[in-house]
Amino acid sequence: MKNIISKLLFFFLLTLSLSVNAQDDVAMADGFRADGKIYVVIVVFAIILTGLFVYVFLLDRKIGKLEREEKN
Amino acid sequence: MSVNQTFFNNRSPLAWWKIASFLLLLFVVLKGFTSPVPRLPILNETIRNLYFHVPMWFGMTAFLLIAFIHAILYLRKPKALMDIRSVEYTNTGLCFGVLGILTGMFWAKATWGAYWTSDPKLNAAAIGMLIYSAYIVLRGSIQDEDQRARISAVFNIFAFPAFVSLVYILPRLTDSLHPGNGGNPGFNQYDRDREMNIIFYSSGLGFILLGVWITSLRVRLRALQLKADQRFHASSSVIDSH
Repeated sequence: MKNIISKLLFFFLLTLSLSVNAQDDVAMADGFRADGKIYVVIVVFAIILTGLFVYVFLLDRKIGKLEREEKN
Repeated sequence: MSVNQTFFNNRSPLAWWKIASFLLLLFVVLKGFTSPVPRLPILNETIRNLYFHVPMWFGMTAFLLIAFIHAILYLRKPKALMDIRSVEYTNTGLCFGVLGILTGMFWAKATWGAYWTSDPKLNAAAIGMLIYSAYIVLRGSIQDEDQRARISAVFNIFAFPAFVSLVYILPRLTDSLHPGNGGNPGFNQYDRDREMNIIFYSSGLGFILLGVWITSLRVRLRALQLKADQRFHASSSVIDSH
C-alpha cells in the first residue's frame, strides 16, 4: 500500500514538473523571427564566414607557391 | 590540374576536407539560428549556443589529442616535423580554448548570472589552459632545439591526461552547473531531437576541420622556415671554413 502511494506521489510530482517545463509562455525570439529580419543576421554571418574561408584559402595557396619555389 | 591533385591532395587549398569544413559551418550558420529548439525557461534562445560554444571545447580536446600523439611519435623517432606538429596543434588548441572560455563566460552571465562562478568545470578549464601555457613558456626557455623538442614532448605527454581528467572526469564527480555533470542532466535529455544533434555534430566536425586546416598552414610555414634556416647555416659554415 505504501509502495503504491509513493508511486502515485512520484507520478503526480513528475507530471507537475513536466507541466512546469512545458509552459508555452517561455520567451523565445518568435517576434524577431516572424518579421523575417533574422535572415539578415544569418546572411551577414554567412558572408563573414565565407570571407574568412577565402582568406585562409588564399593563405594556403601562397604557402603552396612558396613550397614549390623551395623545391625548385 | 587533375581532380586527384585538386581534391585529394592535402596540400591543395581545395582539398575535400577543407571544402567539407566550409560547407558544414555554412550549414550550421544557416540552420543554427532558425531550426526549432526546445522552449526552456532561463535558457531561452541561448540554447543555440550549444552549436557554437561546445564545439570550441570539442576542437580544443581534439587538437590537444593530436598534439599528444605527435609528442609520442617524436619520442619514438625524433623528427623535427613531429615536434612542429605537436607545438602547433597545442597552439590551435589553446586558441580554441580561449574562445571557449570567452563564449562560455558570456553565456554564463546570461543564464547563471555571473561571468565566472566557482563551477569546477570552469576552474578546471582555467587550470588546463595554465598547464598548456606553461608548455609554451617551457619551450621558449630552452635554447637547444633537440633538448627543447624532447623535454616539451615529455611535458605534453603528461599534460594531456591531466587536462582530460581535469575537464572531463573531475567535474562529473562533484557538483557542477554544466549539463551532464554532477548529477545534472545533459542537454540530450531535453532534446533527443535529431535535427539539433545533426547541427551540433556538424558544427563540431566543421570547426575541427577548420582548426586542422589552419594548423596545417602553420606547420607548413614552420617547415619552410626550418629549411631556410638550415640552408642559411649550411652556407654560413661554408663561409666560416674559408
